[in-house]
Amino acid sequence: MEEKNSPVLRVKDLRKTIRGQAIVERISFEIQRGEKFGFLGPNGAGKTTTIRMLVDLIKPTGGTVEICGYDVQRRPEQALRHVGCIVENPEAYSYMTGRENLEHFARMADGVSRERIQEVAEIVKLQERIDDKVKTYSLGMRQRLGIAQALLARPKLLILDEPTNGLDPKGIKELRAFVHRLAEEGISLLISSHMLSEVQMLCERVLIMDRGRMIATGKIDELIQGAPRYVYWRFDSLEAGAAELGRDPRISLRSGPAAESHPADTIAADMPEEIIADTVDRLSACGIGIKAVYQTEPTLEELFLALTGSESLD
Amino acid sequence: MIKLAALVQNETLKLWLKKRFIVIVLILLILIPVFTYAEHKVVSNHAEHFADWRNQILQQIADMENTLSSDRIPEEWKRDRRIAVQQLQYYLDHDINPSEPSGVQFTREFLGNSITLFIPMLVLAIGTDIVSGERTSGTIKMLLTRPVKRWKVLLSKLCALTLYVSLTIAVTVILCYLISGFVFGYGGWSAPILTGFKIEGSAIDSSSVHAVPQWRFLLMQAGLCWFSAMTVAALGLMVSVLIRSTAASLVTMMSAIIAGTILSSMSSSWASAKYLFSVNLKLTGYLEGTPPPIEGMTLPFSLSVLAIWGALGLIVSFRVFTKGDILN
Repeated sequence: MEEKNSPVLRVKDLRKTIRGQAIVERISFEIQRGEKFGFLGPNGAGKTTTIRMLVDLIKPTGGTVEICGYDVQRRPEQALRHVGCIVENPEAYSYMTGRENLEHFARMADGVSRERIQEVAEIVKLQERIDDKVKTYSLGMRQRLGIAQALLARPKLLILDEPTNGLDPKGIKELRAFVHRLAEEGISLLISSHMLSEVQMLCERVLIMDRGRMIATGKIDELIQGAPRYVYWRFDSLEAGAAELGRDPRISLRSGPAAESHPADTIAADMPEEIIADTVDRLSACGIGIKAVYQTEPTLEELFLALTGSESLD
Repeated sequence: MIKLAALVQNETLKLWLKKRFIVIVLILLILIPVFTYAEHKVVSNHAEHFADWRNQILQQIADMENTLSSDRIPEEWKRDRRIAVQQLQYYLDHDINPSEPSGVQFTREFLGNSITLFIPMLVLAIGTDIVSGERTSGTIKMLLTRPVKRWKVLLSKLCALTLYVSLTIAVTVILCYLISGFVFGYGGWSAPILTGFKIEGSAIDSSSVHAVPQWRFLLMQAGLCWFSAMTVAALGLMVSVLIRSTAASLVTMMSAIIAGTILSSMSSSWASAKYLFSVNLKLTGYLEGTPPPIEGMTLPFSLSVLAIWGALGLIVSFRVFTKGDILN
């Protein structure tokens, strides 16, 4: 039954309707062996519902999910043995120790030895606290215990839902290194996030979702190239600066306020990189005080604008 | 194939580590000495007044007959007392002391009194969060994304629950005997107990009454206790599957059980109340020959009602658990 060349995960026309409301509409994608796949979308886009359908927590209204060639609906026992997952928060029995938790889930899989439990504890660097009660763990440690649990049965696909939620920068850095190491070992990853920068760091290919629909799928770098890279300007006088900037035909100003991460008096301009220096000179010559000029990677919101042509996410 | 035994081991371990069973043992260790002391007071009080147990029974019969002539006592109570008088008379006629104090006798009385409320409460203390607790903590997601069919997960929970219900009843009997025996002596195993009273209206049909040794009576009682406790466990499992909040499941089950006790004591003229499970919980009453809460109820009737309720509870539990979406 299990084809050698079949993708690790194949999702076809997946749909879910709850009480007449379409939560997820016709999602299709594939994840190949060793691939790091991102699942991108704002909160409420249907990412978690889709992930829950992948691991048999929610029955789809239509469509199929195949893991290593096995249909999750019809043959859950065969399909799910190839998947490790953390859906939303990393959960564990807080009244048990880390090791007891791992032993508990080891009994629910085939052929997980004591040595393997020790091994996964070491992989996530939890070996020193593994015999402490989980209620004494920090969120980062719970996260690592969750990953250890997911890795127990040597899955071919690891699903992490918003894995950086609640992690500090150090934790995020560790997670990133960890994800790359796992991918090198041949595990496929599905990582969901609402932050473009995060998915960009962790994944090669993405699927972008909004309001239950697939908006785009493809290599993340290519998608980002399609999005405008805005140059952000801050002036002593907003109106004078904007008027002077707009005089150059190669510069188009973005209407409306800039993204939330920028101060309110920032102007976003779509313009070629090469003319930034010249423009600074020109504006200075006109006596316009420039407080700052900078360029950033596009945000998810900007990528959305480029992909959908709509004005905002909602 | 994941073996069911491993899953049952998981569930048993979780219940154990949640320290539920230890709490139950502690409750028993506190309550049984309290009741033993109370019983001891009663016994020593009687011993002061009556040199012979026969005199004590005669006095009891006389007291009850006096109240029967009063107009202020409701008819149902009179009926119950007439039956009790006939039973005491029967014991007297056959020269059997119905309550010879001993460890076994105390255990028998304790079981008979705890079957409607106390033991169901202990069962719910173990079982109400067996599914809802996994939902609250979110661990249900881990449990159901493992390569194990959902019905196996629930079956393993049911097995663990059965195990703990059986253990609870065994421990109740053992602790009762050990603690009360310290005061009343560890004998009384072979004391004869009369059973088989048939109640027809306010009369007793004693044609099938026979004496059994007290140990056998106790064993039958424990079996009936187990049966009604398992019915409560099955319904508790269903409520735990249906209601996400553990507190709400506990309150739902407790109200259902308490409602049954209230309805029973009302000895109501509402005859169809006999189809409610909680009115049927007092199975040991049939052994003792106390009048049933509603006329027309018999041991086979109550056993079938409980079995049907229990089976329905399990069917609903399994259907909802295997089909439902996990959305939280």
